[in-house]
Amino acid sequence: MKLLTGNDLKTGFVTWWTGADWSLHIEDAVDVGEQGDAILAVEEAARRVNAPYIIAGEQTAEGPRPAHIKDRIRALGPTVRPDLTLKPADPAAGDWVI
Amino acid sequence: MYKYDEYDHAMVAARVAEFSDQVKRRLAGEITEDQFKPLRLMNGLYLQLHAYMLRVAVPYGTLDSRQMRMLAHIARKYDRDYGHFTTRQNIQYNWIKLEDAPAILEDLASVEMHAIQTSGNCIRNISSDQWAGAAADEITDPRPWAELLRQWSSFHPEFSYLPRKFKIAVIAADEDRAAMRLHDIGIQIVEKDGQHGAAFYVGGGMGRTPMIAPLIEDFVPLDDMLSYAEACLRVYNRYGRRDNIYKARIKILIHELGADEYRRQVEEEFVHVKSLGIDPPKAEFDRIAKQFAPPPLDASAPDEIDRSDPDFAVWVDQNVAAHKVPGHAIVNISLKPVGGIPGDASSAQIDLMADLAEKYSHDELRVTHAQNIVLPHVRKADLYAIWQALDAAGLATPNLDLISDIIACPGLDYCSLANARSIPVAQKIAARFSDLGRQKELGELKLKISGCINACGHHHAGHIGILGVDRKGTENYQLLLGGSGAEDVSLGTITGPGFDEDGIVDAIERVTDKYLAERSEGERFVDTFRRVGMAPFKEAIYG
Repeated sequence: MKLLTGNDLKTGFVTWWTGADWSLHIEDAVDVGEQGDAILAVEEAARRVNAPYIIAGEQTAEGPRPAHIKDRIRALGPTVRPDLTLKPADPAAGDWVI
Repeated sequence: MYKYDEYDHAMVAARVAEFSDQVKRRLAGEITEDQFKPLRLMNGLYLQLHAYMLRVAVPYGTLDSRQMRMLAHIARKYDRDYGHFTTRQNIQYNWIKLEDAPAILEDLASVEMHAIQTSGNCIRNISSDQWAGAAADEITDPRPWAELLRQWSSFHPEFSYLPRKFKIAVIAADEDRAAMRLHDIGIQIVEKDGQHGAAFYVGGGMGRTPMIAPLIEDFVPLDDMLSYAEACLRVYNRYGRRDNIYKARIKILIHELGADEYRRQVEEEFVHVKSLGIDPPKAEFDRIAKQFAPPPLDASAPDEIDRSDPDFAVWVDQNVAAHKVPGHAIVNISLKPVGGIPGDASSAQIDLMADLAEKYSHDELRVTHAQNIVLPHVRKADLYAIWQALDAAGLATPNLDLISDIIACPGLDYCSLANARSIPVAQKIAARFSDLGRQKELGELKLKISGCINACGHHHAGHIGILGVDRKGTENYQLLLGGSGAEDVSLGTITGPGFDEDGIVDAIERVTDKYLAERSEGERFVDTFRRVGMAPFKEAIYG
């Protein structure tokens, strides 16, 4: 699968294309298939996202996961500060990242 | 400490106003990211892995307690309650919101700080010896010269769009605590026939093509220092390669031209530059230098230290250095607790260090390129009170220059350029060698980790260096031995095939075991490596 990601303009936070909008949560991401470049162009022109790009991903039982370690770290937060990740209360939240 | 004059204030205020307007236009969608990116970078605002990152300049690593408290305030109010001190003697915040950036710059300006020229192809923050003005071995305080260079390089119209970024360090002691020869220009204030002058080393650097700067001129009269620096930059600006980012640094130009030809061109340019009169009149330099006048230290203060508390004594032995004035000492605060993140400090810790500086160190602090903090002017009689306060705040780790005093870049946990994580590797090494007795047995051992070839973690200059690379989507760590950023400068050599995260920790243990088996009396790790060479270490690592 292919995922579309970028950073939020105001906060710089990592965001994922959900099919209709942008979400902070990788679980909301959708497979953009061959439409990625077209969506990217529209969203960038609309200035709703910073530095968008398309990545390879895979569908798992827990939801979509980026293929590359860099985007897996982007998806959750720094591995060395679990308290600063998107799921600070869940000690197992990062088990799939590394 | 240098205090802004009306020009400094006006320049910084104008930049804050300008950038505030640019941010407003970006948020309103009036300018694109492509248009905005160079503007935000000129103000130290990067877009990193998880958010915007703001890099704040700490000129030559010197700041006062008011400025330090402002750094804590920014961490608390605008970030996530911590800051990361960097190998350029700066501080970075990892979670900045774009809409907050103007307010942060305004807050910084209120204490005479900014984020200008902490990015971009310009002359970056001037770095220096963190013990400047206090070190027992310096011939003069190098900071007035660093400040002069700061003023000269700030908004320098000719050097705002160089072929690539440009880093300058200034020291004034034989012991190099600033990795001076691994800078684009390294200046050492030296003495000759009773006069002070500047030795210029040009064309050093780390990154993907590490080079040690050759000596270009051994004695530039200090009255000519700016003109000579200008000539060095002009030759680079004219001939430095703009067609290939990987060959754009001055080290490549000098390597290709040869030091002799580069020197010839600089000398030719210098004759012209000198006629322009850019070196300041003596009165102006004296005005700057006066602001770095030594604090009023009482040389008759007691020189003895009560070492009856054994934990305190261990800390004194490791983290306290000789001051030029009897009865006083330099305190080095390690930001490398076992299990911590090298260079990180919470807002409460930053505030505490500011309080200690105000109370005990004539209101001065320093940021070191090794990502630690220094209280430069402390009475020996106050050391115990300082240690108690630091210890209560988790800041009294007695490991300066030991194996756990690791330089590590933010790596793949934060940096969009990185290929591998640095911090977890640093944490695992620190944990493996957590026994202080073992660390002290190993002695001075500078371990430096970079998460990519850009070498922000100075891995080329580590006695032991680690470079994280991406091997088919997996983190892999190359091991280097024999580097040094000090006066015995050298570049590390790769041992062989890389390791995974746990494997690199095991490899380092085999290396240190080999060192202990091979060392002669009084040898540091790097001395033994230089004497016996790579072969025995390679055999210990790979069999």
